[in-house]
Amino acid sequence: MDIRSQVSMVFHLDKCIGCHTCSIACKNIWTDRKGAEYMWWNNVETKPGTGYPTKWENQDIYKGGWEKNGDSVSLKGAGKFRGLKNIFHNPHMPVLDDYYEPWTYKYQDLFTAPEGDDQPTARPVSLVTGEHMDVQSGPNWDDDLGGSPDYARQDVNLQSLSEAEQEAMFQLERMTFSYLPRICNHCLNPACVASCPSGALYKRGEDGIVLINQERCRAWRMCVTACPYKKSYYNWHTGKSEKCVLCYPRLESGQAPACFHSCVGRIRYLGVLLYDADKIKDAVSVPDDQLVDAQLDIYLDPFDPEVIKQARLNGIADSTIDAAQKSPVYKFVKEWRLALPLHPEFRTLPNLFYVPALLPTMATVANGVYDSTSKSLWNGVESNRLPMKYLASLFSAGSTGKIVEVMKRLMAVRLHRRGVTVGDLNVAEISSAMSEVQMDAETADAIFRLTSLATFDERFVIPPAHREESIEMLENTADVKGNTGFGFKEKPARGL
Amino acid sequence: MTNFLLFIVLPYACLAVFLIGSIYRYKSRGFTVSSISSQFLEGRKLFWGSQPFHWGLFVLFFGHLIAFLFPRAVLAWNGQPVRLLILEIVAFAFGVCALLGLVLLVNRRLTSRRVQVVTSKMDVLVFVILLTQIISGLLVAYHSRWGSSWFAAFLTPYLRSIFVFDPQMDAIASVNSLSLKVHVISAFTLIGVIPFTRFIHFLVYPVDYLWRSYQQVIWNWNRKSIRTSRAHSEGHKSKNN
Ligand code: SF4
Ligand code: SF4
Repeated sequence: MDIRSQVSMVFHLDKCIGCHTCSIACKNIWTDRKGAEYMWWNNVETKPGTGYPTKWENQDIYKGGWEKNGDSVSLKGAGKFRGLKNIFHNPHMPVLDDYYEPWTYKYQDLFTAPEGDDQPTARPVSLVTGEHMDVQSGPNWDDDLGGSPDYARQDVNLQSLSEAEQEAMFQLERMTFSYLPRICNHCLNPACVASCPSGALYKRGEDGIVLINQERCRAWRMCVTACPYKKSYYNWHTGKSEKCVLCYPRLESGQAPACFHSCVGRIRYLGVLLYDADKIKDAVSVPDDQLVDAQLDIYLDPFDPEVIKQARLNGIADSTIDAAQKSPVYKFVKEWRLALPLHPEFRTLPNLFYVPALLPTMATVANGVYDSTSKSLWNGVESNRLPMKYLASLFSAGSTGKIVEVMKRLMAVRLHRRGVTVGDLNVAEISSAMSEVQMDAETADAIFRLTSLATFDERFVIPPAHREESIEMLENTADVKGNTGFGFKEKPARGL
Repeated sequence: MTNFLLFIVLPYACLAVFLIGSIYRYKSRGFTVSSISSQFLEGRKLFWGSQPFHWGLFVLFFGHLIAFLFPRAVLAWNGQPVRLLILEIVAFAFGVCALLGLVLLVNRRLTSRRVQVVTSKMDVLVFVILLTQIISGLLVAYHSRWGSSWFAAFLTPYLRSIFVFDPQMDAIASVNSLSLKVHVISAFTLIGVIPFTRFIHFLVYPVDYLWRSYQQVIWNWNRKSIRTSRAHSEGHKSKNN
């Protein structure tokens, strides 16, 4: 056993209202700089949709992540020989237009325009070239199914559905969507780290945050392609790649990352998971349908005395073990089995888990009458408006069983709480739903509490950073005082 | 006197600047050491320019290196006319590749609005030196046949004399070929400007990637009490925070 600790995350999609506050919080702190304008380390997508960068999930285009190769895995579009061969031109790399051309408006024109017959306007100008431009796309261009024939219909996850199922999904009466906020998953088997020829990317041992050493990055751009989630971005101005840092300076001082802190729907949870690094290789090499179980198997029970002993031997602080025991992520992922990783088939072992949304049930239209009544208060999960196959393509590498299981557990909690608070449901119905997923009232109440009423400290259990021992924290912090963003010690110019 | 300046002073000056400048830049201005790729802004034209250019130079660089290090082997190889022809044609072809690639790259800089945004005086300097270098090289190869043979016979002794600090410039100074002289001078100039330009990226070509393990982990605290694991190699710690 080689026990390490990982700061991991849960996003509860039922609660996301798609307000993009998280994205703005992140942008203000980290990416409001030249060359980084187009980057959204945190972005919120509408599903179904093509996302940002467009069609990022389609690895036939971008060749990100790992693929199974015998009883091991290899990088799909990068790696030692392929990486060095493609170093002069990386054929699968997304370019600016795959994201969008960032722009601002000439606000000053509103004030300085000469008097005339027309209203002065603030025209959009490109933040790359500085010239006037017609805005063609943006980081959430397909928000709320906008332009769905072009965007939602192109969602690569629809490939798992038959033609007829897709048609059904896109009937006006049946259409639905759910938000999908995304940040870097700080993976256990990060493709970005593995793909970097100059060794600039690394995972921090203490908390598992994946970072790019800005001094060692040489703009070989391999991480941009290798990350299947497209969460490593190339800064065209500095000639360096950048990615989500999970607000590590905030974490080290006990604060939640900005996107977590600002989340309006309070959908975000952050906590420590202990895991066994020796199991990583086996867990990433199993067939698709076993991926979720193999990944969950890596995470260890922080209450197990043997685990605690080994963790201490491995230099994990008692305070970190304590944080792991209080971790809301451990509860959602391991104890309650409500949260699943996004696209486990990319085999990077992402540490951001999603509780899928319980969407409204399917309505029917007969003789022009729209009918959304159902036999019971909430229909069975199988009549969810988003087909289970679609969700399975997102969260369980195609095994619908996993999704149905999670949905049934979520439904059981709802039925139970309805019984407690309103009491208008058939008791037998509730208890059969509960026993089907082997859930007792106590667990259901705990899930309800952590989902709906959790305080700040329950949602974010941040392990103390031990600043007294932290080297990164102690070095030259005064050097960057007064700077924004990264606080470059050297002027971020291209070359010299 | 001019010859002395061009073939002895200039080489030493360039080599010294190259050595000191590159080490200084790597150590103290590490953030600027980058290939500053612009593929992100324009990817399609880059493919047609960058690939032939880099692979052309790659082969030529090692060709020159081999002729410099093992002149006798090259001469022996050239003993048979067929083999000599093959070598000359291959080398010339890669030279043409590099030139074509470079022309396409210059064209890309001139025509893509986005790439212009990230073009600086340094890029212009780099293009001028490279164009001089490659064109003069091709002229030498075409006019003064057969280059691979006399490189090994004349140029290698001159270069070697520079590197063993016993400079002998008679052979090179007496050669009656302007393009060859230009080729040698611009080669040393190229080396001399490495620390001041994006040329620096060729010094950090990441060969060590081949033998490091894929995953890298860095511990910042408690490192001594953490046992070393074989599943990763120690990464390089960042200096700037
Ligand atoms: S999500 Fe991408 S950038 Fe983040 S750790 Fe995983 S592979 Fe790396
Ligand atoms: S701030 Fe929270 S609720 Fe709003 S979009 Fe982001 S994740 Fe969703």
